[in-house]
Amino acid sequence: MTKIKIISFFFFILLLDNISFAKEPSKLISEIVNEASVILSSSDPVEAKIIRLNNIAETSVDINGIGMYTLGKYRKNLSEDQKIKYKKLFKSYFLKSFSSRLVDYSDPKISVVSENKINEKYTIVSTVLEETSKNPEIKIDWRIYTKNPDRPLIRDLIVEGLSLARTQKEEFKSILQNNEGDINYLFKSLEEFIIK
Amino acid sequence: MKKILRIIIIVIISQVYTLHSYAGSDGSLEIDSKTKEQSAEVKDCFETINRGIFAFNQGLDKIFFKPVAKGYRFLPKPIRSGTSNALNNLSNVVTIPNNILQGQFKEAGINTLRFSINSTLGIAGIFDVASYYGLNKLEKEDYGQTLGTWGVKEGCYFVLPVIGPTTVRDTLGSFANFGGGDAWYNLTIANDTKYFENSDYYYSRITAGVDFRAKNLEAFDSLENNSMDLYASVRSLYLQDRKRKILNSDETTETMNDDDWEEIDTQ
Repeated sequence: MTKIKIISFFFFILLLDNISFAKEPSKLISEIVNEASVILSSSDPVEAKIIRLNNIAETSVDINGIGMYTLGKYRKNLSEDQKIKYKKLFKSYFLKSFSSRLVDYSDPKISVVSENKINEKYTIVSTVLEETSKNPEIKIDWRIYTKNPDRPLIRDLIVEGLSLARTQKEEFKSILQNNEGDINYLFKSLEEFIIK
Repeated sequence: MKKILRIIIIVIISQVYTLHSYAGSDGSLEIDSKTKEQSAEVKDCFETINRGIFAFNQGLDKIFFKPVAKGYRFLPKPIRSGTSNALNNLSNVVTIPNNILQGQFKEAGINTLRFSINSTLGIAGIFDVASYYGLNKLEKEDYGQTLGTWGVKEGCYFVLPVIGPTTVRDTLGSFANFGGGDAWYNLTIANDTKYFENSDYYYSRITAGVDFRAKNLEAFDSLENNSMDLYASVRSLYLQDRKRKILNSDETTETMNDDDWEEIDTQ
């Protein structure tokens, strides 16, 4: 009888795991924004803030996905070794860029406005960065990858209709085009940015 | 000759506030729309020259626009808001005819009402009284956008000194302002009225440029610090922005192509 109870218990746990731990994309954004706000308004030194912000990015942003998107057609020509090197460099580049963009804000007030499910894989969460004495109100849309509903991930930020992922993709494309498509030039540029 | 020179100066000043001192491109750039059929390739025809002009513009920004914009930031907020409101109100004289040319009759009506209310009750547009009455501010329109909605392609992408990034279509659109398409220009420069001076037009355009730059100081700094190829980033942002404005849509999905994302499966 006890055995049956134990088996039933684990079965129930497994079932629960498969049912609905799906996280709503807008909830994900609210949580991230609140967490970032706490970090940015804290009195921690900048270095500590950067580490904490990077932790958020690593768990909520699809860094590998963005990295591959950013490479565009060039990703198809990479060898496995080059892919590994690129992923590593891109992650460092992304985190540095991400934290340095955010760390200038002391206490950003972002509120979720709406959520629009485009298809099974994508949901757009619309938010507004409140007006400050320095900056006007800014609309920010978050492209959330929801193929695995239990773990939605951010794939793009669209600021006032301008996609950051696309901008980055075209920047990388420019570097590659101007260097005959040689991926090593992109690696070099990434390395220079990371140590800057 | 004098007239041509004057038109060139006016084109430059008239675009300053939207294009200020950035520019950028390389090779060719594909800006996609919702479907492949709608996608278009924007060619950067003179990239080497463009990059040189871009560098010049950046220098100009550092020594003129940025310091002036920083100084402008020290003005009390009501003064900056009032200035921004008045300039926005003035832009309606270009937006309204373009609303009509694009078949946006409802928007044309709203903008006409806004312009009438704000120019009178709002004291030359300093106060946005129309918003108080529920007539909220709409997107600006220009002749470049109108040409775009009529199906005219961008043509070459290029960079002009001081003006920054533009395309053949947007430059042609700017010239429409001086052929009678801009009532403010007609009042101040084209016709000799006793109420306005030529300088009123120039001051308004330069102030609009400074106001725009002041609102975007941090954004430009961030872009500059986080770009490996600033020229390409600015080009991408400029073309994305124009595309979005021509589509007259806030819908993110309408200005983005999912094709590249679809291939990337990380989950």
